[in-house]
Amino acid sequence: MNKQVIRLRINGQAHDLAICPNRSLLEVLREELSLTGTKCGCDDSSCGCCTVLVNGMPMLSCVMLAASYQEAEITTIEGVAREGQLDPLQRGFCEAGGAQCGFCTPGMIITARALLEANPNPSHEEINQALGGNLCRCTGYTQILESIDRAIQLMRIHREAAVGR
Amino acid sequence: MAEFTTIGKRLAMLDAPAKVTGAGLYADDLKLPGMLVGKILHSPHPHAHIRAIHTEKAEALPGVHAVATGQDVPRPYGILPIGHDECVFTPDKARYIGDNVAGVAAVDAATAERALELIEVDYESLPAFFDPIESMKAAEHRLHADKPNNIEKEYHHVFGDPEEGFLEAACVREDHFYCSEVTHAAMEPHATLAAFDADGRLTVWSSTQVPYYLQRTLSEVLELPMSQIRVIKPLIGGGFGGKSEVISVEVAAAVLARKAQRPVKICYTREEVFYAHRGRPITIIDLKTGVSREGKITAVEARVVQDGGAYCGYGPVTILYSGALLNAMYHIPNVRYDGYRVLTNKPACGAMRGHGTVNVRFAFESQLDMLAQEIGIDAAEIRRRNFLQAPCMTVNGLRVTSYGYPECVEKVVERSGWREKKGKLPFGKGMGLAGSHYVSGAANPIIRSNMPHTTVNIKVDRDATVTLFSGASEIGQGSDTIQVQLVAEELGVSVERVKLVAADTDLTPVDLGSYSSRVTFMAGNACLEAAREMKRQILEVVGKRFACPAERILFRDERVFCPDDPERAMSFEQAVLAALDAPGAPDARALVAKGTYTPPAEAQGGKFKGAGVGPSPAYSYSAQVAEVTVDPETGQVTVDRIIAAHDCGRALNPLSVEGQVQGSVWMGLGQALQEELIWEKGRLMNPSMLEYRTASTLESPPIETILVESVDPEGPMGAKEAGEGSLAAALPAVANAIYDAVGVRIKSLPITPEKILKALREKEKQSKGTQKDEPAGI
Repeated sequence: MNKQVIRLRINGQAHDLAICPNRSLLEVLREELSLTGTKCGCDDSSCGCCTVLVNGMPMLSCVMLAASYQEAEITTIEGVAREGQLDPLQRGFCEAGGAQCGFCTPGMIITARALLEANPNPSHEEINQALGGNLCRCTGYTQILESIDRAIQLMRIHREAAVGR
Repeated sequence: MAEFTTIGKRLAMLDAPAKVTGAGLYADDLKLPGMLVGKILHSPHPHAHIRAIHTEKAEALPGVHAVATGQDVPRPYGILPIGHDECVFTPDKARYIGDNVAGVAAVDAATAERALELIEVDYESLPAFFDPIESMKAAEHRLHADKPNNIEKEYHHVFGDPEEGFLEAACVREDHFYCSEVTHAAMEPHATLAAFDADGRLTVWSSTQVPYYLQRTLSEVLELPMSQIRVIKPLIGGGFGGKSEVISVEVAAAVLARKAQRPVKICYTREEVFYAHRGRPITIIDLKTGVSREGKITAVEARVVQDGGAYCGYGPVTILYSGALLNAMYHIPNVRYDGYRVLTNKPACGAMRGHGTVNVRFAFESQLDMLAQEIGIDAAEIRRRNFLQAPCMTVNGLRVTSYGYPECVEKVVERSGWREKKGKLPFGKGMGLAGSHYVSGAANPIIRSNMPHTTVNIKVDRDATVTLFSGASEIGQGSDTIQVQLVAEELGVSVERVKLVAADTDLTPVDLGSYSSRVTFMAGNACLEAAREMKRQILEVVGKRFACPAERILFRDERVFCPDDPERAMSFEQAVLAALDAPGAPDARALVAKGTYTPPAEAQGGKFKGAGVGPSPAYSYSAQVAEVTVDPETGQVTVDRIIAAHDCGRALNPLSVEGQVQGSVWMGLGQALQEELIWEKGRLMNPSMLEYRTASTLESPPIETILVESVDPEGPMGAKEAGEGSLAAALPAVANAIYDAVGVRIKSLPITPEKILKALREKEKQSKGTQKDEPAGI
């Protein structure tokens, strides 16, 4: 198969790549760009480990052809922390035990980020609905919910501090 | 002054930042210059002779660097010394659909896959065995020539006098239970990267729970001395037992790397992970229990048949756990156990969270509820009447040192409102109670030796950095953090001061691995011993300087001091320098201390055949109450609430312990209600995460945890295991709750809506048969 030159915008940076057009976004992220934070847990869009944001929407990069997303703004787990500071969601997952083995964690955080962008105060039911496609085998989800609760609390503290200033 | 400064804190896992940023590296994230991609050819036949393999076409394909078959690595291996019955690539016979036949290393995955298609294998199909009961009758075509009747192992144990015990009983029940096969389904598929350096030395990075056993197996199969092999465990994306024995891919990568003279990485697809399996076997249980009028257990008899699949793996250990851990939960004076581990033409089963205990515990706790009902006492009460009087020794030689089970039962009874609600809920709503337990590490190693089960080293540099070198394997359960917490607590320093070098066979002393819930107890105790030895070295100097007996000096809050004299105090840094620079000190550069752990002789069990499995230095306990809603129209079960009280000895890090308990309970709920491998003539019908159906957020109830701290006399700071013991109780707690809700007893796992509906219809039919005057209808 002939290679094709494509341009991807990932975490605010443009990358020009020569790839076979049949390659998934997941493969390109991991193999061409060494962005290995996005994980492959199942190869068939059933586990959620490979979730990335495409124009703010959580999508499964294992079933997306990289060449089809040249116009999109893609965010991976590597793009979540800002200037070396953990995002509230990342802190929440650290502090409340949401990451045990950590393999589902990037996908979980990415999906939760999309949720919190749209709805900064989701109920547990809304969180469960949003995370329904992200499987975890370690936690039983209880501490994942608590991690997101913690993140919401941290974001509120940040907002209030910003208003106070 | 509080007893502890670091222990008991809800500390985040040390590797959490690496995990939440995506910076942490798992085996599949690693890359080396010149690295090739490996792929495995699997047998499409459940049972077949391999008459010939032709690899020429595959070898000729451009981009292919190596093709390997059984001829390249004929030496068999297996996790147990008595079970070396599998090869990296099976040389002469395929024993299950998915058996490994050949391997390819190529420049990319597409080329490797194309090469697999070009390998020609001449199979001669053989009759196959898929049912363990049928397999036990096999007269010919057995799986392994040296295993008559396709029985891998059978054990027959009698303790006390079961016949006499049943004569004493006022009520005896015999029930038949069937438990389907389940698998680990860790989120990370197996992955291995292998590379030889110019001197012929091998380094393997692998998703393993047992780096030391992997190093041994590589040495045996590749015929390389262990000193020529380095195994490094990167981050592991969950194990649950699925990575606790060597999976052939781990050796295959090394075989291909040697042949190709290039680094080779192999990552299993999810489908391959399902076929690699090593999960919890189909278990057929005939259980008989007798109780006195007061509800005291007089005798237990269990016959257990496990469908072990095509190879030995951990099989004999699984079937022994099923018998041994009938005990150490309740006082049982008389026990008979007949266990059969049977070979069939399916992927091999192995160790899975709660190894060997879960299905038998489901049966036992279900039957105990039935007995309680028959003699007319409460389900919590019958358990109370059979509590052990710890410390004690069970009839089969298990030593119980601490026993928080009574408190677990009381806590869940109280929190759930058991006394007020049980038996008074409307039809369709129910609550059930059950208990379970597990070992805190196996008291006997897999390979008999006098070597300690764990050795760790601690080095303290001139700048007072503490470095712990531990071979223990963090697999997501938090054991790295726990070890660092223990060292920090003992040395009285902050967690930040302690650095960890872990699970690298070149750098870290031997630890047997992450299995049987052994790490906190065993590596933890070794950490404490090393830290105490480090303190002794420092005290030798500081004690003299303080002119104060060593036992009066404390290490705490980064200081070394006599609490009764503020003059006699120095910082940890000063104390370290004092010890290093003391006249006659052996080495002014760094202090070094070693710690080991070996279970005490009295914890190692009896002398009978099979006595080695079951003994542990300590046992954890769990009691759970589940509340369910059962829809009688659809048979659908919803777990509304589940409360788990777990006796972990001491909660070294409650955040972590709660996470372990919740994860265990949740995995138990999955097995209770929905998880099942479905086989059709040796072919797996649901080899994907969607079809196997582990629960998502939408099907997972919140899990309430209560930690019970019985403070074990030998546990590190009193701790026992936390990561497995709560799994088993979830299944019978749900089964008992379903019975309470709709009055049907399901003795077959998983408890699907179909089974409930069928039982409800049968019940309805029966009641119509006895009450003919009643009008028809639902």
